[in-house]
Amino acid sequence: MANTLFDKIWDQHVVQHVEDGPEQLYIDRLYCHEVTSPQAFAGLRARGIKCFRPEKIFCMPDHNTPTHDQDKPIEDPVSKTQVDTLAKNAEEFGLNHFGMLNPKNGIIHVVGPERGLSLPGMTIVCGDSHTSTHGAMGAVAFGIGTSEVEMVMASQCILQQKPKSMRINIEGELGKDVTAKDIALYLMSKLTTSGATGYFVEYAGSAVRNLSMEGRLTLCNLSIEMGARGGFIAPDETTFEYIKGREYAPKGEEWDKAVEYWKTLKSGDDAVFDKELTFKAEDIEPMVTYGTNPGMGMGITQEIPSLDSIPEAGKASFLKSLDYMGFKPGQKLLGTPVDYIFLGACTNGRIEDFRAFASIVKGKKKAEGVTAWLVPGSWMVLDQIKEEGIDKVLEEAGFEIRQPGCSACLAMNDDKIPAGKLAVSTSNRNFEGRQGPGARTVLASPLVAAAAAVTGVITDPRTLN
Amino acid sequence: MKQKFDVITSTCVPLPLENVDTDQIIPARFLKATTREESFFGENLFRDWRYNPDGSLNKDFVLNDPTYGGEILVAGKNFGSGSSREHAAWAIAGYGFRVVISSFFADIHKNNELNNFVLPVVVSEEFLAELFDSIKSDPKTEVEVDLPNQTVTNKATGKSKKFEINGYKKYCLMNALDDIDFLLENKEKTEEYEHNAKA
Repeated sequence: MANTLFDKIWDQHVVQHVEDGPEQLYIDRLYCHEVTSPQAFAGLRARGIKCFRPEKIFCMPDHNTPTHDQDKPIEDPVSKTQVDTLAKNAEEFGLNHFGMLNPKNGIIHVVGPERGLSLPGMTIVCGDSHTSTHGAMGAVAFGIGTSEVEMVMASQCILQQKPKSMRINIEGELGKDVTAKDIALYLMSKLTTSGATGYFVEYAGSAVRNLSMEGRLTLCNLSIEMGARGGFIAPDETTFEYIKGREYAPKGEEWDKAVEYWKTLKSGDDAVFDKELTFKAEDIEPMVTYGTNPGMGMGITQEIPSLDSIPEAGKASFLKSLDYMGFKPGQKLLGTPVDYIFLGACTNGRIEDFRAFASIVKGKKKAEGVTAWLVPGSWMVLDQIKEEGIDKVLEEAGFEIRQPGCSACLAMNDDKIPAGKLAVSTSNRNFEGRQGPGARTVLASPLVAAAAAVTGVITDPRTLN
Repeated sequence: MKQKFDVITSTCVPLPLENVDTDQIIPARFLKATTREESFFGENLFRDWRYNPDGSLNKDFVLNDPTYGGEILVAGKNFGSGSSREHAAWAIAGYGFRVVISSFFADIHKNNELNNFVLPVVVSEEFLAELFDSIKSDPKTEVEVDLPNQTVTNKATGKSKKFEINGYKKYCLMNALDDIDFLLENKEKTEEYEHNAKA
């Protein structure tokens, strides 16, 4: 018997097994943003059908939203059309919609958990690969394509082959200035960007248990970057404490009933996984990437691998990647000058990330010549930044805080890193041109980003305090 | 586009790079469209590899090399990683590819191809390396992809291999049916599930 938590949640949502095919899986929550939904709505219209369960669908724009002057019309007419189209579609199909300037707006993967919309035991999908983020709540959450978004709109179900299960245990205590982001970058560097393809990952072990909810959301967010269909963490007291009192969370008697059920959501002691891996927390140091996929990462004090160490079939891609980045095999990155800093995205745009960034820059000044974009993941995060006085600390150090959205993570709005410039970014992807055509990205934690922001070069945060 | 899939025999376009992500297949700035015009996405397939920053053609990129052409794209392992954007599959279909052959596909992109009647064919690393060699020594090398029999044949070497696809999806591709057709027919089962879940 498998008896994994993944099996429990998945199997409970199976409507039927399609003969010699996938499973029809019931979906509890569909999130829609403006980029991957318009063609799905158009598809419904062409078929002359409505959304089957509109109350289970939540929409909000995030990819195109500007990070300044959101009270003014969006300047880029194509972005504006896409954002307006989502609002119109949500109205026509009777869906929940948190538009720009709505206090509930923000990056969809930040808003879902913080509003209590993503709950343990749920199946959650969105036309966005970082939907795995919601797995931190103890849910089975995964990214889908637009045809699949249309499927869920039409039927509240999706046809899906059940992935295999993997458990990754991180045991022990994380070292100083080592964060959830570093765990994820470390795992990708070990497993590559395809090491978990075909699997749904359960993260476990003492180092994972000890992570805050924000840290867990960061870790699960990056599951897709090692190819996993999704990643999740069994819910525990940390989860319940986080959810309690949030806007859409169950209340009163419903709450007690829910917690009672959520407490049963864990893998059995005898659970068998298709694959199980264990890593030591002590082996992880603050990480940086050096190439053009998130698996090309290393400890911040280490050197880029030599060409000899790369398998033959991968050599062309490795060299193309380093050529794009302007780095050489065997090079160290410590001390490399930095042009841009990006703090934000569904990966690291939460309150804890801003606290971490502020802890490093407090009492220091932003380095000359460095442009820093600090973008909270939602209005709720921004409000909390202000409540805690973090905005003052950042302003005194020479930083300004922008308005929420996906921003420079994929540069669909105006926040594009210029060609050739090097950015230390807390986002999730360092693909060629991801942050703007020709932009060069080094992925790192908020602490490493902050250390670079005040020194102007790639710096080990452990040497700063 | 919904179209019936049977047997395709074609020359190939080789892309011997690994980990080709969907940001390369179609960069984010082309995702602002609100319609599904495959020709638009097809024109921008591999945009930043096809064109230089000044907008001129990058003659070194394989799509701009008249030596190669055909309905089959052959790519290195872990094709389609990263973003879930279905626009990547629309771009591949819009350019005119009906088949992508690789030794490994990222999960979401693989589903997106299937949902757009583009067939992802998984072959062994060995078969792939040999196919790249065949195409390199003779760009006119043809490959036959036979969906009914689930075989892929390198016509230069005559080597033929079985490939995997589940029976349901194969039926859909051969009959130009999509998953939504199926799900709409099965609404009662969904309602029954909802009823039981509440109980």
